Amino acid sequence: MTEMTASVTAARPPSDITKRSLPASLIIHALLIAASLLMVYPLLWMVSASVRPETEIFSSTSLIPSSIDFSSYARGWVGLDVSFGRFFWNSLVISLLVVTGNVIACSLTAFAFARLRFAGRNFWFAIMLGTLMIPYHVTLIPQYVLFLNLGWVNTILPLVVPKFLASDAFFIFLMVQFFRGIPRELDEAAMMDGCSAWRIYWKIMLPLSLPVLATAAIFSFIWTWDDFFGPLIYLNDMNTYTIQLGLRTFVDSTSASDWGGLFAMSTLTLVPVFFFFLFFQRLLIEGIATTGMKR
Amino acid sequence: MSNAMRTPAGAINVERYQGAVAEGRFRRLWNTNAPGYLFLLPWLIGFFGLTLGPALISLYLSFTDFDMLQSPRWVGMANYVRIATADPKFSAAMHVTLTYVVFSVPFKLTFALLVAMALNRGLRGLTFYRAIFYLPSLLGGSVAIAVLWRQLFASDGLVNAALSQFGIEGPSWISHPNYSIYTLVALSVWQFGSPMIIFLAGLRQIPQDMYEAASLDGASKFRQFYKITLPLLTPVIFFNAVVQTIDAFKAFTPAFIISGGTGGPINSTLFYTLYLYQEAFGNFRMGYASALAWILVLIIAVFTAFSFLTSRYWVHYDD
Repeated sequence: MTEMTASVTAARPPSDITKRSLPASLIIHALLIAASLLMVYPLLWMVSASVRPETEIFSSTSLIPSSIDFSSYARGWVGLDVSFGRFFWNSLVISLLVVTGNVIACSLTAFAFARLRFAGRNFWFAIMLGTLMIPYHVTLIPQYVLFLNLGWVNTILPLVVPKFLASDAFFIFLMVQFFRGIPRELDEAAMMDGCSAWRIYWKIMLPLSLPVLATAAIFSFIWTWDDFFGPLIYLNDMNTYTIQLGLRTFVDSTSASDWGGLFAMSTLTLVPVFFFFLFFQRLLIEGIATTGMKR
Repeated sequence: MSNAMRTPAGAINVERYQGAVAEGRFRRLWNTNAPGYLFLLPWLIGFFGLTLGPALISLYLSFTDFDMLQSPRWVGMANYVRIATADPKFSAAMHVTLTYVVFSVPFKLTFALLVAMALNRGLRGLTFYRAIFYLPSLLGGSVAIAVLWRQLFASDGLVNAALSQFGIEGPSWISHPNYSIYTLVALSVWQFGSPMIIFLAGLRQIPQDMYEAASLDGASKFRQFYKITLPLLTPVIFFNAVVQTIDAFKAFTPAFIISGGTGGPINSTLFYTLYLYQEAFGNFRMGYASALAWILVLIIAVFTAFSFLTSRYWVHYDD
């Protein structure tokens, strides 16, 4: 991973830059800037719509509001029977628990596959890779019936517990790849000194694997925060709604009468993801580049 | 020694010895395997309890009538027969989903490759551009973006406002069955950021001296692209194409939000997964929905197998 990363981020040899003629460069920059604007225009427009006076929202395609007015945020926040604060809290709790579950369970599993010898290891590893290919639709209905019978519907358990059972095979795979890159001498020496597998995992492997653990944690957080389908199925009581369900309910209830509030709340739901993006951009991009994580 | 073993006393000794060996072997087996399985335990529970078990049950349910109130009633192939012959909504969903796959994936990959090539020139500001282009991919799956999209393509939305400045009167994209699917295609193409980043990483792996040698030989840029970039990039193109296609088959949230969960107008945004959701959790036809799920798996499996089989004719690996 580090090797790939290095090549991804390494600067081009300067000869390549100097060879290109100035006009060609300018044209490419102009095209890229135009494309960038096109890409972010809808997002900026939404943010700007959220602080516009209500009457002005659809009157112009311009990004700059004539006056700034945050009343849409106040109105949207309490626009439903349950306030958006509750939805934010629910999403935060679920996301943090999912991150914890994914990091713990996937790293345990990955450690076993990457570093421990035991009968049947290759068999189970092949099975684990196989589960990567299975679309969740196949297990959806029996899982729903199971969780319903356990009395877990309308709680966060169906969304969280599976993550503590390493159900995100993708992160296991990612961690296995990373663990394999850590020199074997380290744990072999520790093993000689009588270190238990647990201590090797805890004291050697985890501290050396912070980059991959962070990547998994950040993607876990963002995907869980954005998840719509899981909560849609398992959460029916508005008090348990996540931010995505809350927003969807807001869409239905206002049925486009309160566009200001709608855009304000939409903007708010994107804020955490945006900040993660801002702070961990490099990690996220390397994660994508080296592993081909989707989305 | 061998004499001693023939004596009765010796035989007992041998038994004891073998017993000790067996016990030692068991202990050794335990010692070598237990840590591995202990570490694997959460995953094993998850695999049997949440993946294998449910998958088998869902296969069984697909041959039954099951509404969650009464126990499943065996109906044999009836669900599959109905899917194949007597379900217009299934064919509508299939049509919509295939249209989505066929239009969104090639456009998305083409944009991703074009932008990646433009960025792979040692330009100043690479990090900035890369971030901007990647941002929509990261936000894309959320409800907020679907809401925004619905507004953009509404009849009085931003797209039509922009078109009207050129004197074009746009249709009401979202509520017209001929156009609604393409607004979703556009949303998908807008999120070309993650395949772009993978292309960018792939382009970086192509040795620069190949281009230098080619341009010394007088090869045009176009020829260099065809003879060097494209062939060397085929593994990445293949990867992106497979991942994006499987993802497109599974798309759900945007169609759900934009159509308000209906898949309308006139089933024009009835994505396969949306139809599956409606059958399972709207109509509580859990058996039928299970059959739909297995058909989806079959389609994805066939597609993946086909891609891998044909890949040997066009994907070029170095080693």
